[in-house]
Amino acid sequence: MKHKSFFWFVLPSALAMLLFIFFPIISVIVQSFHVDHEQVIQTVETCDLFGCKESTTIDQEATAALREAKPLGQFAGFATYLDRNHLAVDEVKSTWGSSNGWREFGSQMLNLPFYKAIGFTLTFTFIVTPLVIILGFVIAIAVNSATKALRGPLIFFSLLPMMITPLVGALILFWMVDARGIIGTTLQYLAGDPDLSVKASTPLMWIMLMVYGVWHAAPFAFIVYYAGLQTVSQDTLEAARVDGANRWLQIRHVVIPHLLPLTTFIALMQLMDNFRVFEPIVSFAANAHATSLSWSIYNDLGGETRQLSSAAATSVLTIIGVAILLSPVLVRTWRDFDRK
Amino acid sequence: MSNKVKRQPAAVTFLVVAVLAIWMMLAAFPFLWTLWGSFKVEGDFFSKADWANAIKGTLTQVETGGSFTGDGYHGAWVQEEFWRAALNSLIVCVFVVSISLTLGTLGGYALARSTYRYAFWFLLAALIFRAMPPITLVSGYLPVFFQWNLWGHTATTIVVLVAINQPFTLWMLHSFFKNIPAELDESAMVDGCTRFQAFRNVIIPVMWPGVITTGLFSFLLAYNDFAVTAMLLSKENQTMIPKINSFLGTTQTKGNVMFAVASVVSVTAPLFLMVLFFQRQIVGGLTAGAVKG
Repeated sequence: MKHKSFFWFVLPSALAMLLFIFFPIISVIVQSFHVDHEQVIQTVETCDLFGCKESTTIDQEATAALREAKPLGQFAGFATYLDRNHLAVDEVKSTWGSSNGWREFGSQMLNLPFYKAIGFTLTFTFIVTPLVIILGFVIAIAVNSATKALRGPLIFFSLLPMMITPLVGALILFWMVDARGIIGTTLQYLAGDPDLSVKASTPLMWIMLMVYGVWHAAPFAFIVYYAGLQTVSQDTLEAARVDGANRWLQIRHVVIPHLLPLTTFIALMQLMDNFRVFEPIVSFAANAHATSLSWSIYNDLGGETRQLSSAAATSVLTIIGVAILLSPVLVRTWRDFDRK
Repeated sequence: MSNKVKRQPAAVTFLVVAVLAIWMMLAAFPFLWTLWGSFKVEGDFFSKADWANAIKGTLTQVETGGSFTGDGYHGAWVQEEFWRAALNSLIVCVFVVSISLTLGTLGGYALARSTYRYAFWFLLAALIFRAMPPITLVSGYLPVFFQWNLWGHTATTIVVLVAINQPFTLWMLHSFFKNIPAELDESAMVDGCTRFQAFRNVIIPVMWPGVITTGLFSFLLAYNDFAVTAMLLSKENQTMIPKINSFLGTTQTKGNVMFAVASVVSVTAPLFLMVLFFQRQIVGGLTAGAVKG
């Protein structure tokens, strides 16, 4: 394709991504180095019968004018990054000095908002992703050995947890887990504790969020594996059978190697999606027990006081996290392309 | 394959049936439970006395006289004006899908046909953009949108969702167009067509299966979005998902959590129908990226 026609064909789409993905990233980076203007204080001397007094008032006009002139706020360098709500350098240092042992240090760190968020985000990402892959694989093998007539309905119901809106899917589970809901009651019965409440317990909340994550994403792994299973070479399977391989050995030595490239694909998509975990925390109202990086940004942006700089700094840190997660894949894609 | 099942030892058959039964339970039961419960009163759906009340509807009998009640739906759709949110969702989805597909087919076609290195870089950049959590971008939009008075309008949200949709749409349509033989449009160009004429007369008539599949996923993204729509839309332009979230804030105190349950079921219904009718396309779309590498 000629350069010129390529240019015109991709222009609309490139423009959309440039304006609404690339520029916002730049804008977030710039914003994160600025903080709101301080209010302009003016000192007024008021004199009356009893003498003169100096009082300070906020000069609303001057403050508004300053905000108008420099909407970004004042330059603050890395101040936002280093404050208590983000990297919390001072707090980490003092905790490091005062705490004895890793356990105490860890639990102290989880009291800091940013480390609490990143702690949950990473735990969620690295526990849910492998579980999704394993569960998806098991379901795919099971559906593939069901009779043909059953497979359509099986796939239909399997797709539902994935297609459902994340916020809504999480709500549905949350209502069932409620102390007065069916799963909540069952849990109370099993634990023999009538006061057991998932909402009140941090470990249970973490587990519930991860259960939701696996429930929501397993169908994706299932579908990809199921499609892969349709292309497993029947000759190789037959040969393995002739050589006396049992069912497990066939799976172990023929099916799994065949599906391995798909696993990379699923893992990549899942790492990206799980790292942005957000909606279930809103649905479960879990923020007292678990927050994620996306949730922190949402929390900063919402409400009466929109803390744009704070949100921007968390966004930049999140983008760095995504970049680190993605880097092995990017390097590999690049190498593959070079070989071609 | 089907004769293989017959040769299976009983233990394996049992294992397969058990796995499938448990999974079907996990996948389908929550939906059935919520659908059933949405026709009950709150005292039954969240029953302090006995969870089985949610099935039998004991309190629903007492409070409304019947085993089923449409109060939740009435409250949500009429009283809380959920229909307005549904209308907004419809507008957002229609525009997002049609605009993303228009931009995406043009771009995806060019990326599939170009042999130069920059096409690869373009796709790689799109992959990186795909990985950005939307909420990080939202914090980039807000200051600018406030400054220029763009905040709150449906149009702004549509454009933003189209842009966020582009990386995925491009990748999917790119791999789809790769499968349409290049000889097709090249022969048209030998016959004197320009590139665009070749695209219009030769490619457009054969591209619909791929476009429909991609369109389904664009629709899902727009329909399911919470991060962007919750932050960028004013209250009267709200779509369904942020509206449900706002129910949760207000209704829990009012004791009308059933409004939220009813609207959750209402939101799920179109998705349910979509999977029912387009199951094959969805499965095809999900696997397209993976199987072709």
